[in-house]
Amino acid sequence: MMALFIPLLLAFTGAWGIYKQVDLFHALTTGAREGLKTAADILPSLVVLLTAVTMLRASGALEAMAGVCAPVFSLLGIPAETAPLVFLRPFTGSGALAVGSELMERFGPDSYPGRCAAVMLGSTETTFYVTTIYFSACGIKKSRYAIPAALCADLAGFAASALAVRLFFPVG
Amino acid sequence: MLMSVLWLAMVAVSILYGAAAGTLPAVSAAVTEGAGTAVTLVLGLSGTMALWCGLLEVLRLSGVLEGLQRLLRPLLRKVYPNTFANNPDAASALSANFCANLLGLGSAATPAGLKAAKEIAAGSDGRAGDELCRLVVMNTASVQLLPVTAAAVRGSLGCDNPFDILPCVWLASLISVSVGLAAARMMQGISDKA
Repeated sequence: MMALFIPLLLAFTGAWGIYKQVDLFHALTTGAREGLKTAADILPSLVVLLTAVTMLRASGALEAMAGVCAPVFSLLGIPAETAPLVFLRPFTGSGALAVGSELMERFGPDSYPGRCAAVMLGSTETTFYVTTIYFSACGIKKSRYAIPAALCADLAGFAASALAVRLFFPVG
Repeated sequence: MLMSVLWLAMVAVSILYGAAAGTLPAVSAAVTEGAGTAVTLVLGLSGTMALWCGLLEVLRLSGVLEGLQRLLRPLLRKVYPNTFANNPDAASALSANFCANLLGLGSAATPAGLKAAKEIAAGSDGRAGDELCRLVVMNTASVQLLPVTAAAVRGSLGCDNPFDILPCVWLASLISVSVGLAAARMMQGISDKA
């Protein structure tokens, strides 16, 4: 089903664009140029951060961290391997991308922890960064319950990611 | 500053832990390995990223964003009743923000979201109102139909079907945003009583 979904999405979007009199090819290449720029923009921070994450992995510190977190994480149904991602995600988008990519590479993109990492990256945001830009842009000093509520959403997102992976990709 | 401290802490912990666990040679090898991996990874994912951004540009130009806004207006009106009743400008910026996030158009989502937030916060003497809190919670919960970056990383690592995580991402996002809004509602009740 999913194998057909993506090609069809391409075809329907193209057909819809032409029906709406969009210069299809020009729009595709303009967007692609933006996409390449985004990829180039993430590269410098990824080089710097992935170096540090790979060092942490090689030292054995990440395994140790997973071991320490395992009892609490298993209560929430979250694989302990993803602990570094869970802790970094609310603070730094590029850090989370580095840690998440390393998890996918280390355990394999189709492994349980690897898939969880991808779903977590896709379904959560850099909470502290987002709240900071929003509240500082409109001069808010008292953010009341916004940050605790957003962190609840993050925690639910992590647990739900692992749950969804187990649901859609049961280990056979 | 946060990133500087974080980075230095990661490097320092690697060295200290490596010294204690006797893994220093591996830590040393990891320096070149990690830097190299970052480049292969980004090279591998830039094709997918570019293609999807092209597709999103077609969606944007063909009015899908506006269509989605009309479709989701009734739903958003339930979450932000005051804004929709009293401030049409903020309401339309707010739906533009939500729908651009949904399509993964980050560069369109943030300006619209900030515009909505400023309109909602106008005259609020520095204290965040309930609907502003909800707007921020929705923006931190990342409701996204096409998680392009995550899928592109999967593709870059040689995965056959990088987008097969879509249903998982939808379910997780839905749960996450629902829990966020429910938590906001509960905490609002508590802060009203206090």
